[in-house]
Amino acid sequence: MPTRKAADAHAVLRGVTRIYPGGTPVHALGPIDLDLAQGEFFSVVGPSGCGKSTLLDVLSGLSPPTEGSVSFEGKTVAGQVPEGIGVVFQEDASLPWLTVRDNVAFGLRHAGTDSAEVDRRVSYAIGFMGLQDFTGAYPSQLSGGMRQRVCIARTLVLQPRLILLDEPFGALDQQTRLLMGDELLRLWRETDATVLLITHALDEAALLSDRVGVMSARPGRFIDLVETSWARERDSRIVSDPAFGTVTGRLWAALRPESMKAIGRPQP
Amino acid sequence: MNHGRRILWTRVAFIAGLVGLLEALCRLHVIKPLTMIAPSQMVQELIALAWSGELAEPALQTFIEVGASFLFSVTVGGALGAVVHALPRVRRTLDPLLASWYAVPFFVFYPLLVALLGLNVLPLIAIGVVFATPAMMLSTLAGLDRVPRVMHKVARVHRLSQLQEVRLITLPSAAPHLFTGLKLSFAYSFIGIIAGEFILSGGGLGYGISYAYESFETPKMYALMLFVLLIALVANGVLHVWDRRLARRRGLA
Ligand SMILES: Nc1ncnc2c1ncn2[C@@H]1O[C@H](COP(=O)(O)OP(=O)(O)OP(=O)(O)O)[C@@H](O)[C@H]1O
Ligand SMILES: [Mg+2]
Repeated sequence: MPTRKAADAHAVLRGVTRIYPGGTPVHALGPIDLDLAQGEFFSVVGPSGCGKSTLLDVLSGLSPPTEGSVSFEGKTVAGQVPEGIGVVFQEDASLPWLTVRDNVAFGLRHAGTDSAEVDRRVSYAIGFMGLQDFTGAYPSQLSGGMRQRVCIARTLVLQPRLILLDEPFGALDQQTRLLMGDELLRLWRETDATVLLITHALDEAALLSDRVGVMSARPGRFIDLVETSWARERDSRIVSDPAFGTVTGRLWAALRPESMKAIGRPQP
Repeated sequence: MNHGRRILWTRVAFIAGLVGLLEALCRLHVIKPLTMIAPSQMVQELIALAWSGELAEPALQTFIEVGASFLFSVTVGGALGAVVHALPRVRRTLDPLLASWYAVPFFVFYPLLVALLGLNVLPLIAIGVVFATPAMMLSTLAGLDRVPRVMHKVARVHRLSQLQEVRLITLPSAAPHLFTGLKLSFAYSFIGIIAGEFILSGGGLGYGISYAYESFETPKMYALMLFVLLIALVANGVLHVWDRRLARRRGLA
């Protein structure tokens, strides 16, 4: 989708940095400026350890920025996660003492939603994530990829308007990734939510997103913002579009030197 | 027959064999009746003791002491564990103390406790508490340490209050370790109190055993020992079943 004007920005970061305090403070992020347009699908790629998860923490209100400001739907994000933001974490965050169904219902039950509505939404999300045969299973009985799907379903049922996903498909094989990507696109179209996806797979970023932000090695800053101009109705078959190769190539061109730095081999 | 069953039966057969052997040795007077009575006789003696009503009082006293010590250690140990977990500096100071706690033979302080608290059930409960509380504390600390950091984030994105976070996330997440704490607290309370009664007390099962021993009432002594053993077995069995149920609730059994 073409870029929208800053006027309908859904979430805004201005001059955001994050320094982890401690004996030797770690400058993990920024300074970063970012406008996420309403309904945009934005992906973030960057070398390992560059501050992607930190960006997600700050954007969601889980940790405060050291400098700068974050706002969501026009209100400053401070101290707590605003209603309307859903987060899928990089780590396995399924609750091992609850069944798949209870995991997915977790947020709704404690938000005081009435039980018929909970049932309806939970069943929908479980079906959407292809977990209908595992509703009574416990996370320990599922594969890592399935647990991650439980976490995605748990976020979906809350119908967030901004969805932040931190490498949600990291534990999946390539084919399943592509298909889950399609599901994510379907979800995005159906809900009109704004999506920020962190991924280490350049092809995934290229095929799913309206825009991809490429981050530098730590402290992470955006060194390139790549627009894809895909139609809103799209799916993984884009991989055969010549433009897909161009976008992926540009991402890699920007990322390669940063990744070299991240593994301790700066370019001459 | 599945694997677990077979192990269980092997175990039962082994114990039955040992008891049978003991029975035979006693009956054939290889073991003198003054030293030990036959297991079947122990059972008879125990039934007779229970029937006569002589068992009720010491058993009740011990149960009350163990119950009080258990409840106290679990609540206070759990609370202390939570507080210390929240205060890393206090924890660093306490760590060596806790680690060496069980190396101290606290029974030597028992006379002191009697002097302080009087010759009643209080010093016995105190001994139980001294033994059991650190176990609960250590288990609580271990449980809280193992709550993955992401769980706190899950609580925050669900906008849970602090109380909700404790109830819905922290406690269930730490539950397996807390349960270990319960088991240890019970075992330590029981051991501490029976031993305390044995050394210096005017009542309870431990005292009963010691008294029977000193007055050469061998059958009564063995009946009481059997009773203590049975309590320990039953308590262990109950906790084991409960443990299995907890594990099943996580899909682990
Ligand atoms: N709580 C923390 N305290 C101190 N330093 C931290 C903390 N969390 C992260 N860091 C450091 O900040 C930097 C960025 O971490 P972050 O997790 O945001 O990177 P990332 O891009 O998500 O990495 P990955 O690709 O491996 O997921 C890293 O150097 C990391 O060691
Ligand atoms: Mg990360």
